[in-house]
Amino acid sequence: MGHDQKYVDKKNYEVVGTRFNRPDGIDKVTGKARYGADASAPGQLVGRVLRSPHAHASILKINVGKAEKLPGVKAIITSADLPDLTGQDQGLADILENCMARGRALYDGHAVAAVAAVDEQTAAKALKLIDVKYKKLPHVTDVDAAMCESAPVIHDRIITRGVEPKPTKPSNIAARTQMGHGDVEAGFAEADVVIEKSYKTEQTHQGYIEPHACLASVNPDGTAELWVTTQGHFVFRNVCASLLGLDIAKLKVTSSEIGGGFGGKTHVWVEPVALALSRKANRPVKLVMGRDEVFRATGPTSSTSIDVKMGAKKDGTITAAVAEMRYQGGAFPGNWAMLGCMTAFACYDIKNNQSIGWDVVVNRPKVAAYRAPSAPMAAFAVESTIDELAKEVGIAPIDMRLKNVAREGTLAPYGPTYGPIGIEHTLKAVKDHPHMRAKLKKNQGRGVACGFWFNIGGQTCTDLNIGVDGTVNLTLGTVDVGGSRSSMAMIAAEELGIPYEQVRANIADTTSLGHNDMTEGSRGTFSSGMATVFAARDAIGVLKQRAAKMWGITEEHVIWENGQAIATGDSHGNLPPLSLKEIAAKSGRTGGPIAGHNEVVADGAGMGFASHICDVEVDPETGRSTIIRYTVVQDAGKAINPDYVEGQFQGGATQGIGWALNEEYIYGDDGRLQNPGFLDYRIPVCSDLPFIDTQILEVPNPLHPYGIRGVGETSIVPPLAAVGNAIANATGVRMSHAPMSPPRVLAAIDALEYAS
Amino acid sequence: MRYATPASAKEAAGMLSKERGAAFLLAGGTDLLVKLKMGMVEPDLVVDIKRIPKIDQIQTSAKGFVIGAAVSGSMIGQHKGLKAAWPGLVEAANLIGSDQIQGRATLVGNLCNASPAADSVPAMIAAGAKAIIVGPQKRRTVPVEKVVLGPGKTCLSKGEVIEAISLPKPEARTGDAYLRFIPRTEMDIAVVGVAISLKLERGVAKKAKVALGAVAPTAVVVPGAARALVGSKLDEAALEKLAAACSAACNPIDDKRGTVEYRTRVAGVLAKRAAKIAFQRAGGVL
Repeated sequence: MGHDQKYVDKKNYEVVGTRFNRPDGIDKVTGKARYGADASAPGQLVGRVLRSPHAHASILKINVGKAEKLPGVKAIITSADLPDLTGQDQGLADILENCMARGRALYDGHAVAAVAAVDEQTAAKALKLIDVKYKKLPHVTDVDAAMCESAPVIHDRIITRGVEPKPTKPSNIAARTQMGHGDVEAGFAEADVVIEKSYKTEQTHQGYIEPHACLASVNPDGTAELWVTTQGHFVFRNVCASLLGLDIAKLKVTSSEIGGGFGGKTHVWVEPVALALSRKANRPVKLVMGRDEVFRATGPTSSTSIDVKMGAKKDGTITAAVAEMRYQGGAFPGNWAMLGCMTAFACYDIKNNQSIGWDVVVNRPKVAAYRAPSAPMAAFAVESTIDELAKEVGIAPIDMRLKNVAREGTLAPYGPTYGPIGIEHTLKAVKDHPHMRAKLKKNQGRGVACGFWFNIGGQTCTDLNIGVDGTVNLTLGTVDVGGSRSSMAMIAAEELGIPYEQVRANIADTTSLGHNDMTEGSRGTFSSGMATVFAARDAIGVLKQRAAKMWGITEEHVIWENGQAIATGDSHGNLPPLSLKEIAAKSGRTGGPIAGHNEVVADGAGMGFASHICDVEVDPETGRSTIIRYTVVQDAGKAINPDYVEGQFQGGATQGIGWALNEEYIYGDDGRLQNPGFLDYRIPVCSDLPFIDTQILEVPNPLHPYGIRGVGETSIVPPLAAVGNAIANATGVRMSHAPMSPPRVLAAIDALEYAS
Repeated sequence: MRYATPASAKEAAGMLSKERGAAFLLAGGTDLLVKLKMGMVEPDLVVDIKRIPKIDQIQTSAKGFVIGAAVSGSMIGQHKGLKAAWPGLVEAANLIGSDQIQGRATLVGNLCNASPAADSVPAMIAAGAKAIIVGPQKRRTVPVEKVVLGPGKTCLSKGEVIEAISLPKPEARTGDAYLRFIPRTEMDIAVVGVAISLKLERGVAKKAKVALGAVAPTAVVVPGAARALVGSKLDEAALEKLAAACSAACNPIDDKRGTVEYRTRVAGVLAKRAAKIAFQRAGGVL
């Protein structure tokens, strides 16, 4: 169907842009909402996973004999129960091996075996009775150490991609990426000032409150069901079906309410294990991860080591920029460094730029997407360096950024030429913001930083069904992670011309709707929003047909306005309009139920840009930093429900501040994670933060009917650098290692005092 | 796992002493339940002391206060007399955990858990608190600083139960304070804790007691730090001496919560700040 996705400047929105309560709000505040662990089935068993206590070890033998004999144990599986059906697909094979170790444990927490038993205690007891004989192997957890010649090689099959000539020996370097344009040597020659600095960022976890959880049930006839907390149940269905050899249509996956994902629930972890347990036990199996398992074996984003070199003329023009970035992907290769390369200089128009990325494997859990994955680390390095450059040149950091900002027509470092983008708008808004003029006290400082993240489109499929009372069911397949049910209902109401309350949005299971890609890449509102517009327009077409039928006139004389069909033309102008409700009430006699439908591969996703302002107070005697004021300015394209857009801005900023100040994976010399819990993995608590102020800008995306840009991720990109720049402003100390925890800041202050 | 609710501390002591398996005492449960859930302990017997009469009460007399073993942090925080007498101790007790935890957590539990980082322990020590211990046969009273022997280890022998904490009535012109360092604002474990109590005479520190937490296997009493304060009006030289004595008394470890260097340094910083608060609470003018 030839739907037009072009942005049309509709000045007077009725519903879009207003604020509504969450459609899922009552269930969530009363505790009725059903999350991953809230489903039960008759005869269900409890699943538990046995995990490696070693960072790297050969698994010589797994003896399950004693555990199997324990009364109440119904199934025990190892990798032998998950035969490799992945063919030549190494990516899928890596997922399988990550779900259950195959002869070797690759990190502390790697699953080695799993048990299904009648209750929690029996399952726990059974885990203790499984006897695993390990042979410890040398391990490496640091990204720089893993790249050394002397490092233990984790996978013999890894030969570095992207290097000429092709290496002959395996190493931990999975790939080298390079991008950019211009002549950086010539650019540095033109510069009056050149700054070169190295940075490190530690590994952080998405920290979603809800642990991974699912209820799996596999029948001997090959039919199966999975209830699961996920960001994309259709993708989970396809991956699990491939890993277990099930038919896609016979595996029904239902997404539960989700207690946070941030990218960590775009990957399968325990779901194939639960399905395999259920298949073996022939009973439903519920598997809920403990918090320590979540930290040890799911999710985290890369730790990095980054070198940046930038040169500028005295007038502030950046003439050249180079970044070399090393990202670890955990025990399996990823493309995380490539994403760092794509985003590092994306906010700026730099004539000569070059980004080199190294994807490295280490003995840590397989890295997962985390909200604008890889961009915050690159931004930390680049945005910190820009402040240093501004200081050398003698220009205010905000002006330095405005001087070099990317605009429509700028060649992006990763290839395309930008269309209309909002980074300059956000910087100008920051410059004009009262926050920038607020007085600072002793030991306080202010920092500004910018951030960029892509939006993606992808496959979406949406149904819209109108009931005989005129209320509307909007059936979506993109999981509602950040409030998209409300936004989609608002869009449907806007198109149909009816009140928001008349639309109820639901997320369908995988048997009820065509494939939908994950809620990731800030695509939910963009792509599902587009499919919703088109599905509503499709339904309007049907409504007009039915109205014409009711009137006994031809369809071309019917238009749709303000939620009603209006007959036009000289001979029909006197007919009273027919409302959606009136048409729906008669639908049984005019052709049956009224529905709209759309499937689309949404192209034309916009770009997300933001600029943040951070005020910090540093205790010079303890190195402790307190955020005293924080402002997010971001381009949303069009804010459908401003409440949720602000929530995304605030949430991303909060996670970024947590990363900037205290969050980090701490590994011991033994390669084991020291802090797999919220006590010692320190995400900010409410009292740690001020109110995060927000300003929504709307630079429409020309390729979305409503101008929508995704807003979910960009807001985590600037905070590390914004905090670092504020600390530098407060103390004179440039922090090059995140998190900028009190001991690191105090050591840096001491070093500065010692030097002077 | 068996669960018992004795009607007296003596009965509880009897149950513990007779038990052949692993027995644990339950008051607020804020440590025990976490350990249970993490699989760190597998009790055969859990003895819940909350049904013991008066165990959840704070008794005030001319001599001071007796705080029952099941008195929660929030009850301590709401007790006006206790707050007026030992505000530093009350603040320390109220720093533990969240509001929900405060409804359950107890001073005696904090002491018996024997964590080097327990917030209330240095504050109890500085205030001169004593543990009232009931055994199957006899009772004894032990100063709080003698109760903890090492991480997870106490002086209690099998069957012994701490029934209450007794606190003296503070002498005139006494003030106490407790400060801890955590990277966040709450819901965290002390990286360093410093408790100080001071008694003034004519505006000068006459007596002092300084105790540190989280910088050694147990809370540490630092007589040298107390000496640095006595005879002073907390001038800069006295405070520097105090900081140096506190840092010198540290014997910490490097761990996920802090480094040796950092803990040692910050112990001195916090000591100076805590001393000023205690001094002002005692009526001193800085």
